[in-house]
Parts: sequence; C-alpha cells; structure tokens
Amino acid sequence: MLILNNIPALLVAIPLLASAVVSVLPSARIAWGVAFVTTLCCLYMAFELTEIVSASLTLSYAFGGWEPPWGIAFVVDGANVHLVLLVAFISVIATVYALSTLKHEIAVEDLPKAYAVWLLTIASLFGLSMTGDAFNLFVFLEISALSSITLIALGAGQDRRALLAAYNYLIIGAIGATFYVIGVGYLYAATGTLNLLDIIKRLNEIGTNQAAVTGLAFMLAGIMVKAGVFPVHIWLPAAYSFAPSAVSSLLSAIATKVAIYYLARILFGIFIDTTHLIDLFLLFVLMPVSVIAIFYGTIAAIYQIDIKRLFALSSIAQIGYITFAFSINTHSGISAGFIHLINHALIKGALFMAVGIFAIGIGQRATMNSLRGVGRQMPITFTGFVIAGLALIGVPLTAGFISKLYLFKAIFETGNGIYVAVIAVSSALSVIYLWKIFEVMWLQEPLQPLKIEKESVVACVSLWLLVFTIITFGIYSAGVSSYGMNAANALIGVR
Amino acid sequence: MRENPVFKIVSKILFGPIIIYGLYVQFHGDYGPGGGFQAGVIVAAAFILYSIIFGLERVRKLMPVIFVNYIMALGVLVFAGTGIASIILGANYLDYSPFAYKIYKAQHLGIIVVELGVGLTVFAVMLGLFYAFSGFKPKK
Repeated sequence: MLILNNIPALLVAIPLLASAVVSVLPSARIAWGVAFVTTLCCLYMAFELTEIVSASLTLSYAFGGWEPPWGIAFVVDGANVHLVLLVAFISVIATVYALSTLKHEIAVEDLPKAYAVWLLTIASLFGLSMTGDAFNLFVFLEISALSSITLIALGAGQDRRALLAAYNYLIIGAIGATFYVIGVGYLYAATGTLNLLDIIKRLNEIGTNQAAVTGLAFMLAGIMVKAGVFPVHIWLPAAYSFAPSAVSSLLSAIATKVAIYYLARILFGIFIDTTHLIDLFLLFVLMPVSVIAIFYGTIAAIYQIDIKRLFALSSIAQIGYITFAFSINTHSGISAGFIHLINHALIKGALFMAVGIFAIGIGQRATMNSLRGVGRQMPITFTGFVIAGLALIGVPLTAGFISKLYLFKAIFETGNGIYVAVIAVSSALSVIYLWKIFEVMWLQEPLQPLKIEKESVVACVSLWLLVFTIITFGIYSAGVSSYGMNAANALIGVR
Repeated sequence: MRENPVFKIVSKILFGPIIIYGLYVQFHGDYGPGGGFQAGVIVAAAFILYSIIFGLERVRKLMPVIFVNYIMALGVLVFAGTGIASIILGANYLDYSPFAYKIYKAQHLGIIVVELGVGLTVFAVMLGLFYAFSGFKPKK
C-alpha cells in the first residue's frame, strides 16, 4: 500500500536515489545492474499507475502533504498515464541496450557516471510527464536538458563533434527554458497561481487578459524549442547524430515526446477556452509550420549520407506529423497526435538501436558508404531494422499504419482534402530514403571486405522487443487508440 | 604573491571562521536568511580560498576527489531518503509531520535534515567544479 499510494513521487525519487548510488559505484557492471533494476521497478510502478488512473480518472499527488494549489502537485490523468508507461518501457529497453553498446562508445571508467546521468535523465522525464505545476515543470525541464546534454557530450569519445552538438543544445535549450520561465512569470502575474488546474480556474474567472496571453506566447515558444518543432529544431539533428547510440535511442524516443505532450496540454488543456488566439495559432502558425517540417525533414533526409543524422532529420518530419494532427484542432486530431506520439517513440527508438548495432559491427560511423552489404552480414538486426523502417513509412500491420490511419480519419472529418495529399506525398517521399538505405545494405557489394563483429545478443533482444511491440500495436491497435481517445477526452472533454 | 606571509596568515586565520559561519547559515536557515545552498557555497569557498593560497595539491590531500564524489552522492541520498522516510511513516513524499509528535517540531526537524542534504551536495559540487577547472590541462 505504501508504494501504491505514492507511485507518482516514487517514479521520480527512486531513479534519483539510484543515480546518487550509481555515481560512486566502482564497477560498470554493478552500476548497470542497479540502473536496470531501477528502471524495472519504474516499469512496474507505471503499470500499477495505469490501473489506478483507469479506475479513478484523475490522480493528484500533493508533495509534502501541502495540498494544491499551495503545494506542488503531480497530476496523472488520461492524457499522461500512458506517456508515463511509455517512458518507463523505453527506459527499460534502452537500459538493456546500453549494456552491450555503451562500453564500445564510452571510456570504461566513465561508465558508472554515465549510468548515473542516465538515471537522472529518466527521473526528470518522469517528472516532466507528471508534474501539475508550471514552475516545477521548468525545474524538470532544466534537469532533463542538463543531464541529456551530458549524455550527448559523452559521444565525444567517438567523434569530437559531439561536444559542439552538446554545446549548441545547451545554448539553444537554455534560451528555450528562459522563454518558458518568462511566460510562467507573466502567467503568475495574471493569475497569481502556478498550479495548472488552478490556472485554468482563474483564467476562466478573469477572461482574456493581455498578460496571460503574453505568458502563453512565451511558454509556447519555450516548449517548442524543447519539443524540436520545425523552425526551432536546429539543436536536434546534431545532438541525436553524435550522441552514443543508446543515448540517441533513449532521447529520440521519449525526450522530445514529453515536451510535445506538454505542448498539447498548454494548448488544449489550459488555454483553449480562454482565448480565440489558440485557434488562430493552430491554423496560421502550427499547421503551416508542421507541413513545412514534414517536407523539410523528409527531403533533407533523402540527401543525407550519415544514417544517424538521416533519422534525426526524419524525426523532425515525424514531430511535424504529431503537431500537424494537433493543429487540426478536433477531438480526433488530438487523439491522432497522441497515437503517433506513442508509435513514433517505439519506431524511432528501434531505428536508432539498429543503426547503433550496425555502427558497432563495422567499427565506424554508419554512412551510406560504410554500410554497403552489411545487411547480409547482420541479418537479425537488419530484419528488425527493415520492419521498423516500414513502420516509419506506415505499411499495414505495423504501428505506423495505425498512426496514419487515425491521421487520415482526423483529416477527412475536417473535409479538407488537400491535407490528405500532404500526408500521402510525404509518406511516399520517406519511402525514398528508406529504400536507399535498404538497397545499400542488402543489394550493394562492400567497397572493401567487411570485418564484422558478431551482433551482441543483448542488443538484438532489446531491438526485437521494440520491433515486436511495433508489430503488436499494428495488429492489435485497441490499446494505443483508446489511449489517444482518453488523452483527447482528458484535455478537451468527452466529445 | 603566494609567498607573501600576509596572505598565508590571513587565510589560515579565516579558514575556521568561514566554515563556522557556513554552519551557522546552514542550521539557522529555517529561522533566518540562509539554508543549505548558501551554506554549501560558503563552506566550499573556505576550501577554495585555501587552495588559492597554498596550492591545489594540499587541498586535494585535505579533501580528496573521491571523497568529494561521495559527499555529492550522500547529500542527494539524505535529501531523497528523507522523502522515502516520510513515505515509510505513512505520509506523502517529503511530508515531515510524522517525524515528531508536535507538528511544528516535526517540520523543524524535517527541514533541517533536508537542508543538510542540500548543503552537503552543494558544497561537494562547488568543490568538484573547482577541482575540474583548476586541474584542467588543455591538450596541445
């Protein structure tokens, strides 16, 4: 009972405690063991949390016994309960994957500290996805930014450009965080509260208010930087392409997703009834920007040689799909956005894992040239890679198809057919870059004879766990689609 | 300049009082201005002053790097462990009320322990940062 009553706090506190312990452990293996057990505990608690929330709709947890709106509260409802589960699931699998890959990419004496920062990142992502306090969110935003910057900079052992990428993320991320906290300041001036649920109540009382709207604008700008939305995404490609592969798969799968979730919460959960500016923002800013993001990301990926950078660019396009779905501004649009949020996390996590296995196998960076003929040498990884790639395009029987299906449904409900063309054409374009990789890896002969190390069993197991989840969600889609419905219900009410 | 006896003697005299002042700020933080964060910085400043005058090596002997790492982790453990203790005693995370019979005494006790954790970590982080930058040798 003690555990069940305190799950929201423990999800943050246990990885935090474990990261302090791990940071002083002498051996990398013990450090990994502690990290793995911690993430398993978090997964168990996240499962229990879904049970609790499905029974009682909204769970509010008051820290220190100080009831909201005075104290800090964690709020778990239909919109974020499965996000918490996603964070927990991906962090378990990425931790398993890290066992076999991180030791190739980071100096052995740095490994315990790397796992400490790894756990800190996971703790902050749990905090970000649950907190119901605008300022507390800023604190977690900073923790997650600083810890993920450290993880990205660890890629410097392989390629010194990782340092520049981490530095860029640091500066751009800090600007984003500053914008966010300025926005919170304005909002606090207008409403006198920081608790999100209380803010909604106060905004309804005071009506449209210049300070609140200004605050909204600053908050949106800040969160969009963190979410990697198109014009402010520039930190993202370098950061994901030079980070160690386990870090790339962890961050690309869940770090931007929690920011996107919070973007949706600000837009639809808090401000939607207060100001008509939200409708204008969605129609004239977010929708065009998303369409540009979809085409920019996809076309830039087609011309990219470096595979990790290619998938980072394709992430920008995929984030574009999610924000596009939000910008439709209907119940089914929002649920399509949340469905793609989950599916894309699984798909991109799997793709980065596969690329990492290839890169370790050939002992150099994965590019269109170095990967020639590798697919035939590493068939198990390659098969998983192909399935995840097909899911990225949206082929039936994979999770990506379900995303596209719900996206089409949302578009058809608006009656505006032109957007169908956007999705269809961009999906067709994404076939080009994926086909290029498949062709290079399977059909072309290597430039010089390949010296391939054996695929690590642990890495393959973690990759295939994600691939099986992708296929399962493609065939049995009820779970993830009901999550999309619940999220939209929680944010804009039952329709 | 380091050989100047004025610096050596003054910093030797100040070393103790700075730490005592840090402890004052630490344990008075619940009533007056101060708290773990400020106290940690003040105590670390004593060590940093000492190392500027007497050299990095002597401070590293006094407070080895591995020790600093342990203190860093210990502070977080004290902080987060207090929260776990509240949960075990049946309250919410970081709720101090079950720590003592009277509620204001419980709050008092809780905040002192938590601030102690903060102070330890901040002290160790400040010193760790100083070690990292002062011991840094750029590659040629």
